[in-house]
Amino acid sequence: MADASAKQVLFEPIFSNNPIALQILGICSALAVTTSMNVTLVMCAAVIAVTAFSNLAVSLVRTQIPGSIRIIVQMTIIASLVIVVDQVLKAYAYEISKQLSVFVGLIITNCIVMGRAEGFAMKNGPWLSFLDGVGNGLGYSVLLIFVAFFRELLGAGSLFGVSLMPVVNEGGWYIPNGLLLLPPSAFFIIGLAIWGLRTWKPEQVEEPDYKMSRHVAKEAF
Amino acid sequence: MAKAKETVSRTLIVALVLSIVFSVVVSTAAVMLRPAQVKNQHLDMTTNILSAAGMLDQGDTAEQILQKFESFDVRLVDLDTGKFVKPSAVGVAEPMKYDMYKAASDPQLSTDIPSSEDKAGIKRRPNVARVYTLSENGELVRVVLPIHGYGLWSTLYGFISLEGDLNTIEGLGFYSHAETPGLGGEVDNPRWKSQWVGKKVYDGDRTEPQIKLVKGGVNVDAKKRQHKVDALSGATLTSRGVEQLVNYWMGDRGYAPFLQKLREGEV
Repeated sequence: MADASAKQVLFEPIFSNNPIALQILGICSALAVTTSMNVTLVMCAAVIAVTAFSNLAVSLVRTQIPGSIRIIVQMTIIASLVIVVDQVLKAYAYEISKQLSVFVGLIITNCIVMGRAEGFAMKNGPWLSFLDGVGNGLGYSVLLIFVAFFRELLGAGSLFGVSLMPVVNEGGWYIPNGLLLLPPSAFFIIGLAIWGLRTWKPEQVEEPDYKMSRHVAKEAF
Repeated sequence: MAKAKETVSRTLIVALVLSIVFSVVVSTAAVMLRPAQVKNQHLDMTTNILSAAGMLDQGDTAEQILQKFESFDVRLVDLDTGKFVKPSAVGVAEPMKYDMYKAASDPQLSTDIPSSEDKAGIKRRPNVARVYTLSENGELVRVVLPIHGYGLWSTLYGFISLEGDLNTIEGLGFYSHAETPGLGGEVDNPRWKSQWVGKKVYDGDRTEPQIKLVKGGVNVDAKKRQHKVDALSGATLTSRGVEQLVNYWMGDRGYAPFLQKLREGEV
């Protein structure tokens, strides 16, 4: 990865190496915070900030970190950043932080953050690591926004809280699809997104784990 | 270099320096942002109270909300006796500092509810609650009371607002719950909430609350329709939870003694 250019590092994770669609990381929060666009955007901003700055911080001290405690050092850095982000949201975006509730704190356990710190920032310089953090945060965001778009539009008939298809409960015509407000629906949408992405970029399709061998048994008689 | 950083002393130093640096970062953020957070929480609570009382207009600014809330008298009430108590009785300097939900887990400040009486599903009830009264020209026009209880998945926290006759409901709203979005979550739907306005809690004798959530809509000439509210469709258990918790808090174990005292003008 030594020859990776800044542009590659920043844009690869968006479609070519998407953390959710290809690496299947960070699914938990993708299910939980995608019921409305507003909440999703704030969550995405929070995750981008945490991955970017944790990568930067880990990369800055990477030559100093003893191998035996490197994971706990990364955790400390990530956890501190998450607490700071949580505090900032509570101070400046209280309504949304209430809706995000524990999921801001759970960014700590988001595999993307830790994965990038261990997989990239430990081996690369601060600037590239920072860009890699932003890139992976963006990759996460793109998929989340895609999911949230469909969940909010079809589940609540609105986007960004603005009603586009007036729902029956409020005297309109649209009967909202309740399933889309529940977490399992995100699985379907993510699945469809992965399908679409792999049709577009067939190189992402994995080799099958095993192949059925040809039927060679001889007839008994 | 690679060897030198793997020693025990080096590991300890790195761990120590890192801990100190990040504790400073975290505590600085927490301390600096504290005032803004406290302001937000207070604003959030006053917004909930005003919204239950139907006093919230769209586009109210933070100052307008706080100003409207100023007109309320905030007092603490002993639920068993129905009398006002001084904040010092629960160990706080002023009523706004008291947290009745925290008190509910303090054995000194709360009582166990026997399961036969625990309609709201809350297990422990604080002895003292914080109530909000609004008087105009010396006459009581509005009382806002905090209520909570179990729905299907979660405890619903909210406020109920009564008119000056202490019987007619002026509004009801829940500010915290985790009911199913689209089904039980419709407790937040303004259309549904608007049905509560004008309903009566008590019948003539005024002790036993009569609120009922009924399926299929409230018939305009149904008996006791002044106590009936249309249940949420697809959310039987949330509706039952709301019915039970309103009746619990309006009953003898809830605010009934206090409302009785207030009606008689004793407090």
